[in-house]
Amino acid sequence: MRLSAEEKAMRDGLQGDAVAKAMDLLIRYGEALGADDLVETRNVCGTVTATTPFMRDFALKQGGEAGGLDAVFSEFNLDTTDVVQVPKVRAFSSHLQLGFDPHHPAEMGVTEQMVQFYKKSEAMAARMGVQMMNTCTPYQVGNVPTRGEHLAWMESSAVVFANSVLGARTNTEGRESTSSAMLTCRIPNWGYHLDEPRLATVGIELDMPVASVEDWGLLGYWMGDWVQDRVAVIHAPNGFGAAPNLPRLKHFGAAASSSGGVELFHLVGVTPEANTLAQATGGRSLKEVRHFGARERRETFERINAFGVDRDVDYVMLGCPHYTIEQIWEAAQLIEGRKVHSNSALWIFTPRSIKALADRNGYTQIIEAAGGKIMTDSCSAMSRAVPPGTKVVALDSAKQAHYLPAILGVQAWFGTTAQCIDAACTGRWSSP
Amino acid sequence: MNLPVAAPAGAESARLSPGLAGVQPESVKGQDALRDAQRWQLVATLKGRCVVPGVVEAEALVTRDPISGWGGVDPRTGTVVETRHELRGQCFTGKVLVFPGAKGSSGWSAQFHVARVMGTGPAAWLFNQMTTKMALGAVVSHAPAMTDFDVDPLTVIQTGDWVRVDATHGIVTVTRALK
Repeated sequence: MRLSAEEKAMRDGLQGDAVAKAMDLLIRYGEALGADDLVETRNVCGTVTATTPFMRDFALKQGGEAGGLDAVFSEFNLDTTDVVQVPKVRAFSSHLQLGFDPHHPAEMGVTEQMVQFYKKSEAMAARMGVQMMNTCTPYQVGNVPTRGEHLAWMESSAVVFANSVLGARTNTEGRESTSSAMLTCRIPNWGYHLDEPRLATVGIELDMPVASVEDWGLLGYWMGDWVQDRVAVIHAPNGFGAAPNLPRLKHFGAAASSSGGVELFHLVGVTPEANTLAQATGGRSLKEVRHFGARERRETFERINAFGVDRDVDYVMLGCPHYTIEQIWEAAQLIEGRKVHSNSALWIFTPRSIKALADRNGYTQIIEAAGGKIMTDSCSAMSRAVPPGTKVVALDSAKQAHYLPAILGVQAWFGTTAQCIDAACTGRWSSP
Repeated sequence: MNLPVAAPAGAESARLSPGLAGVQPESVKGQDALRDAQRWQLVATLKGRCVVPGVVEAEALVTRDPISGWGGVDPRTGTVVETRHELRGQCFTGKVLVFPGAKGSSGWSAQFHVARVMGTGPAAWLFNQMTTKMALGAVVSHAPAMTDFDVDPLTVIQTGDWVRVDATHGIVTVTRALK
């Protein structure tokens, strides 16, 4: 892999040990990929805090609080057994979601000790200059990349949104590569950083309008299952139905990156690299085209709901990916004046700063008065936390419906947000 | 450079040809001699691209299903936990994992990183499809890894085969116990 003079200097330790370890990791990673060189990035989303008992024990074993956290960062973020002192980040860096919501340790099933350890780790991350957004949707809370901007992001639902809806350029990075990018402002110049891999090779023709969050979730789940990690261009000859706005495309990309490995899609006339079909394909013919209509929608709905048997719903989780303020507003309107059923529970997950807005708007009060909770920083799949005794969950997210039965062995129902709120208030899943 | 040498859990290692590791794969032509002396038969020699350098010998664990990291494996036990995966419940610790590639969440590398620290990671990776998840996961596992083969390893290697991975030189030698 070719390295610039500055990159060689970083590798050789001229900017300190931590930067040298970060550059060493990026060189090993870039050569593993077969990348020609590194690309400069000033926008990184990753995770640098420690939230697991394993990491806490690792830190304690390495002796002392501060030294222990440096050891955790050196091993799990820079892939080195040499303990280096962690410097401030050079790139604008956003923190992704965590393994629990530290504000709700009881619900999350974590000890106060774990929360205290996390808080030390969070303080270290903040001292490094990492933005403690603690969300899977950094694009909602102050990190909106622009077209062509090179990023180093992890979190598959954020990657697909940044690539597709915003036209930025990133691969699905991991914990070690994002941490190394934070310290060096570099990432391997491979995959979606390049022009060619961004062109669509397969096509989808919509035979029906796709309007609601539920519709987009179903289309995404169906698309991911078919295309896996290929780039698809979606064409709607009769229009897309309602405008494909932030919540709809957030759910669409998250679904597609769960059932498949979709990191980039194009919507003709909507997304920035698909003003025309020809632009999305680079003028080449598509290898395969499939149609999405009523039959595909129904079959996908049945497949996502295959884990639903019992209609008594113990738990309704909303906010995967983290809810927008518009979605919290919708949930508040749907539940105002009603009560969550005594046999059920409602948890809604959103970024901290959107929770603050919901507090100010009075939505938190409405939802809490009904018996629901708004939480931050995590979700049930990340935390493996659900209300005690949960066997059946209801969700408006195809992604969460994909993961929760596998992770927790629960039954899952997937439907609209309104059906989910009804299920929370009646304790029953009533849709067909 | 890190050269992990994994020993299989069973008694197979004791019966492994002591000569095989020392024999240059290009010169492993005397299949009959190997068979007679060691009761192991040379099945194939593959050439590929080095992803993570190193040399290791171990038993193969083969699957045609891509592997998920986060939500797909349990690093505490080194087993596949994904529902509907053909390796569900099977342990990959110390095995040469032969599979199409990585899928799922961006937590892929972190899962196999923790597995390595816990001592439950695979001995080597042989895969067909390169992705960022796969590359980073292989790198932080410190286990030798190869891809871009002249022959698809999924068509040649079977679970239980004894495989020598020389990722540094891009050569895989596959032997199989005679029945």
